[in-house]
Amino acid sequence: MSKYTEDNLREELKTKEYEYGFYTDIESDKFEKGLNEDVVRAISKKKNEPEWMTEWRLEAFRVWEKMEEPDWANVKYPKPNFQEIAYYSAPKQKPKLNSLDEVDPDLLATFEKLGISLEEQKRLANVAVDIVMDSVSVATTFKETLAEKGIIFMPISEAIQEHPELVRKHLGTVVPTTDNFYAALNSAVFSDGSFCYIPKGVRCPMELSTYFRINEGGTGQFERTLVVADKGSYVSYLEGCTAPQRDENQLHAAVVELIALDDAEIKYSTVQNWFPGDAEGKGGVFNFVTKRGLCETNAKISWTQVETGSAVTWKYPSCILKGNNSVGEFYSIAVTNHHQQADTGTKMIHLGKNTKSTIISKGISAGKSQNSYRGLVQINSRAENARNFSQCDSLLMGNECGAHTFPYIEAKNKTAQIEHEATTSKIGEDQLFYCNQRGIDTEKAIALIVNGFSKEVLNKLPMEFAVEAQKLLEISLEGSVG
Amino acid sequence: MELKEKILSSYVAFENDININSDIHDIRTEALQNFEKLGFPTKKLEAWKYTSLNSVLKDDYSIFPNKENTIQFADVKKYFIHDIDTYKIVFIDGKYSSFLSDTTHDGKDICLMSSALKKSKYKAVIENYFNKIAKQDNLTSLNTAFANEGAYIYIPKSVEVEKPIQIINFTTGKEEATLVQPRNLIVVEENAHVQIIERHQSLTNNTALSNVVTEIFAARNATVDYYKVQNDNVNATLVDNTYIEQQTNSEVSVHTFSFGGNITRNNLNFYQKGERINSILKGITITEGKQHVDHHTLVHHIEPNCESHQDYKGIYDERSTGVFNGKVIVEKEAQKTNAYQQNNNVLVSDKATINAKPQLEIFADDVKCSHGCTIGQLDEEALFYMQQRGIPKKEGRALLMYAFANTVLESVKIPEVKSRITKLIANKLGVNIGFDL
Repeated sequence: MSKYTEDNLREELKTKEYEYGFYTDIESDKFEKGLNEDVVRAISKKKNEPEWMTEWRLEAFRVWEKMEEPDWANVKYPKPNFQEIAYYSAPKQKPKLNSLDEVDPDLLATFEKLGISLEEQKRLANVAVDIVMDSVSVATTFKETLAEKGIIFMPISEAIQEHPELVRKHLGTVVPTTDNFYAALNSAVFSDGSFCYIPKGVRCPMELSTYFRINEGGTGQFERTLVVADKGSYVSYLEGCTAPQRDENQLHAAVVELIALDDAEIKYSTVQNWFPGDAEGKGGVFNFVTKRGLCETNAKISWTQVETGSAVTWKYPSCILKGNNSVGEFYSIAVTNHHQQADTGTKMIHLGKNTKSTIISKGISAGKSQNSYRGLVQINSRAENARNFSQCDSLLMGNECGAHTFPYIEAKNKTAQIEHEATTSKIGEDQLFYCNQRGIDTEKAIALIVNGFSKEVLNKLPMEFAVEAQKLLEISLEGSVG
Repeated sequence: MELKEKILSSYVAFENDININSDIHDIRTEALQNFEKLGFPTKKLEAWKYTSLNSVLKDDYSIFPNKENTIQFADVKKYFIHDIDTYKIVFIDGKYSSFLSDTTHDGKDICLMSSALKKSKYKAVIENYFNKIAKQDNLTSLNTAFANEGAYIYIPKSVEVEKPIQIINFTTGKEEATLVQPRNLIVVEENAHVQIIERHQSLTNNTALSNVVTEIFAARNATVDYYKVQNDNVNATLVDNTYIEQQTNSEVSVHTFSFGGNITRNNLNFYQKGERINSILKGITITEGKQHVDHHTLVHHIEPNCESHQDYKGIYDERSTGVFNGKVIVEKEAQKTNAYQQNNNVLVSDKATINAKPQLEIFADDVKCSHGCTIGQLDEEALFYMQQRGIPKKEGRALLMYAFANTVLESVKIPEVKSRITKLIANKLGVNIGFDL
């Protein structure tokens, strides 16, 4: 495989639909179903990976083989058969459409509501766009700006080739291969993902989200993300998209590792809107994600997530507050409707002195869905003056859904100050009546109240996404007024 | 021989002493099989994640103390609430002590489980209530398998019991290690009212393990006021399993005061089987040394318009550990539920640990459910203020702790129990505060 340059990229974009990260010959890239050591080796070979990487994957695979699928989460789903999955396949070429008229009107209506621009709509709906050149130039400008600052931002498979020392040093340090069933699986077979390195003292000049919006095509089934913020640097990173994502892969097991060295700050935002299955609960994506960040001295990691999609979500973005004075934050909105199930929350592990963490979790359940918050706050014996504030609020719509909270609080230091609050409520009749009186119909009133309910979290999102996420909430809850 | 095997093999000996041709015995045998299958709980079980019994299970327990031990009232008077008249059901090493007890059959039954199991006049009550709500889990099954002795309290319709009932289980410590498994059944019929104080006390520092199961049934409009005083010696371990079923309009409150003992595990389960029920669960825990106190509460809201109030305060010193696991389940039909749960903890020492897990599982939408959980310290400024005004640091701290625990203390309805608890707290904190709170 020759080195991939910007010229190739331009060429690529001119000639065909650009699938970020997947661009090798499509026909030959399909493995038989099933998973064994040979498959892992083959994946590694395909990626032209160095020996240490192959070994790393194999080690993960051997651990995974001995593990059992966890069943402690408060979700029910048919267990996937791991031998029935093809572990390496280049993404399917989606049928190319000639104009927006050919796109599913439902999808267009959703775009409209989200306020996505016409050009972007075309790109997202996989319509051949004639402004490709434009987009290339924008992308190139971004790439140049980033390169100037010394920021490395590329698919992780390329990073393994080009910056093996960095990847090797950090990969698996926060989420070890042995961490859990899905993390081990991911480590063995991950197809691709992103690698991001911010050098010392550099403040990333743009939201990496912006870059993503222009470049990202399909995401893989087993994604691996590694973000390293060197001393004193700052980066804001957004993953996912508000636009509905339909995907033929039912199982998604991603791993995200964040490393914030001394005085660095990482802000990681996620908007997840995978296909949740239809109103009867058929189909839909299983989303089993391991996300964890490590904070060194004075560092800060902030997770913000808006979860509206997936049939089953199993996700606990965590912070290990290793360094003194480090800060961890978790802001989350999880919306479930119809038959969706979400078991999500966070872990804050306080190891260093004067560490602080904040957890704000808003769960909204409607239809026949089940929404759980599961979190851990752990203050270790040497974490003097640790401080935690947790707030978990649930909003229930209708009496067929459920809201659950499972907070674990473990304190081993007397100077710890921990507060945990949780409330469960429904939208008040009088609140609705008040809105109705003032000429706001019930559907809008609910949107209004839900937005108020989730405001603390929405405010933490990068600007443009906050607006879209707000609308996304409305759409997700459409028709749940009962 | 491991304790489990020892217990299983002793079942034959147990059967020699009791009537094995009864329905109850089938329940026992089934429970024994269940325990054989499950064994003692390990940390692998989610419910026992933070509490390990390994350290107390390795001792060689005497399972059936063969001789009846007697004790002098003067020696144990201090363990009674003796300044008021009460009914008393007293057991020494698991055997009933008629000498220390004060029971009655006058308009109500305040007597013994063993006689209730034997006599036909109690048959209907036993059939209706015995082992009906106790869970089929490991330690409850173990208790059920050997269920024979304990308190039997039956309060008929519209009877208000004129004085509180004390249930006291003494362990004499004549043996190296003693295992006792009291089994209590309390049935409170419509409009009836009863107050009960329960205590487990070992008289020496020899090892004692008590595995208690109490079933309480509160019918319509019944009121039950229950106090558990846990201030045992350092080598006494207590596993207390209490199951409470409530009918419409009833009110049951359980106060648990955990000050002493080695490992104390309280499994307190409320099942609300009617409307407009009120359940109150309160507790004060003050520990030191290597003590371990674990409160596991469950409130199951099944019908609409019910309430539950939980308030647990914990103060943990030295190397002690505290666990609070509070679970509230609100079923789909249980609309207009008002469930409230509060758990506040103070860590006094660097080596103390607290693990809290307040859970809500809610399936109904028109409910008000909240829980609050805090871990913090005493207010240094308030302490400083008191020191400035001549209150020594130790007393100042004690005062702050009283204030901290007072929301629980003030809801104690028997004044003598309240002042006893106040004294126990003072004793525990090593201060002499000359006023009642």
